[in-house]
Amino acid sequence: MAKIIVVTSGKGGVGKTTTSAAISTGLAMRGHKTVVIDFDVGLRNLDLIMGCERRVVYDFVNVIKGESTLNQALIKDKRTEGLYILPASQTRDKDALVRDGVEKILNELAKDFEYIVCDSPAGIEQGALMALYFADIAIVVTNPEVSSVRDSDRILGILQSKSRRAEQSLEPIQEHLLLTRYNPIRVANGEMLSVSDVEDILAIPLLGVIPESEAVLKASNQGTPVILDAETQVGQAYNDAVDRLLGKDVAHRFLEEEKKSFFKRLLGGK
Amino acid sequence: MSFFSYFQKKSEPTSAARAKERLQIIVAHERHRRKQPDFLPKMQQEIIDVIRKYINIDSDQVVVSLDESDHCSVLELNITLPE
Ligand SMILES: Nc1ncnc2c1ncn2[C@@H]1O[C@H](COP(=O)(O)OP(=O)(O)OP(=O)(O)O)[C@@H](O)[C@H]1O
Ligand SMILES: [Mg+2]
Repeated sequence: MAKIIVVTSGKGGVGKTTTSAAISTGLAMRGHKTVVIDFDVGLRNLDLIMGCERRVVYDFVNVIKGESTLNQALIKDKRTEGLYILPASQTRDKDALVRDGVEKILNELAKDFEYIVCDSPAGIEQGALMALYFADIAIVVTNPEVSSVRDSDRILGILQSKSRRAEQSLEPIQEHLLLTRYNPIRVANGEMLSVSDVEDILAIPLLGVIPESEAVLKASNQGTPVILDAETQVGQAYNDAVDRLLGKDVAHRFLEEEKKSFFKRLLGGK
Repeated sequence: MSFFSYFQKKSEPTSAARAKERLQIIVAHERHRRKQPDFLPKMQQEIIDVIRKYINIDSDQVVVSLDESDHCSVLELNITLPE
């Protein structure tokens, strides 16, 4: 049975697309045939982060409307074997994502893929609701910041009441917290919510902590999922998260600032 | 962290601590509201309208909530009358 994973957050700009690209690449790298779908109708971006923007011909909405076949719209990733991308449409018709249409495509993909990763748009409108409706697993991307944590809690409420699993009283969606853009130095200074603060409030299992890093911008400039930069902390943190998603017990890393000498600390050096 | 901020940290709560405290309150409040039935806000408004026919009150002087425990539900209606 294919597993449907939604990457969601409520709040915009917290790192959903970065995470969708990383997690789907990580799953495929580990031999699981994976497709990643961009649900951000009108604001497609996943293609850029995956570096396949020039190969987009048809999109998700074309397939829903029967204007192209699924196979015509799927883009095979050039770097990672077993990874496919289904781009979002640039149409301004936000309601193009009708539930029946989405369900039909997911069912068709489920015959062929082990994992279907859904990159949700921000907000709680149609696109976001469709991205999470059919999910088995949710990765709730959260930044250590008040509005992001509150929005994540609202999204958890929606996962628990408005998803297919909730409506049909099935086993609930498996929820995972992914804390991104984490800055251990600011946490140590008491300026930023810590991992345990956010865990206390949201009370769902922690999938991983992704540090704030320039490596993300660099990777997006090049159109390479950051998980492929295996020597960076962000790349390693995403790799750990994928391993945990697959059930491995991996210790959390990069939660603390690197040790500084006593004198540097005394002088407040960075 | 500088030499001086070591002392500062002991005395007043950090800004992260303040953030956590505010979040805990609002999130608890919103979770409670999510569990309430959809008709509650409309019912609250209608109750306010009825009372207003006789007494001049503000809308925040009426609190309606529904609490469900194991085997009974309690509809609580709290109206603060002006002096
Ligand atoms: N760990 C990180 N460190 C530094 N910058 C990051 C990190 N994660 C994401 N970013 C940056 O944050 C911005 C938003 O990221 P991204 O597009 O993944 O968010 P999103 O949640 O998909 O946004 P939207 O809600 O608009 O779809 C990008 O500029 C990205 O480079
Ligand atoms: Mg995005």
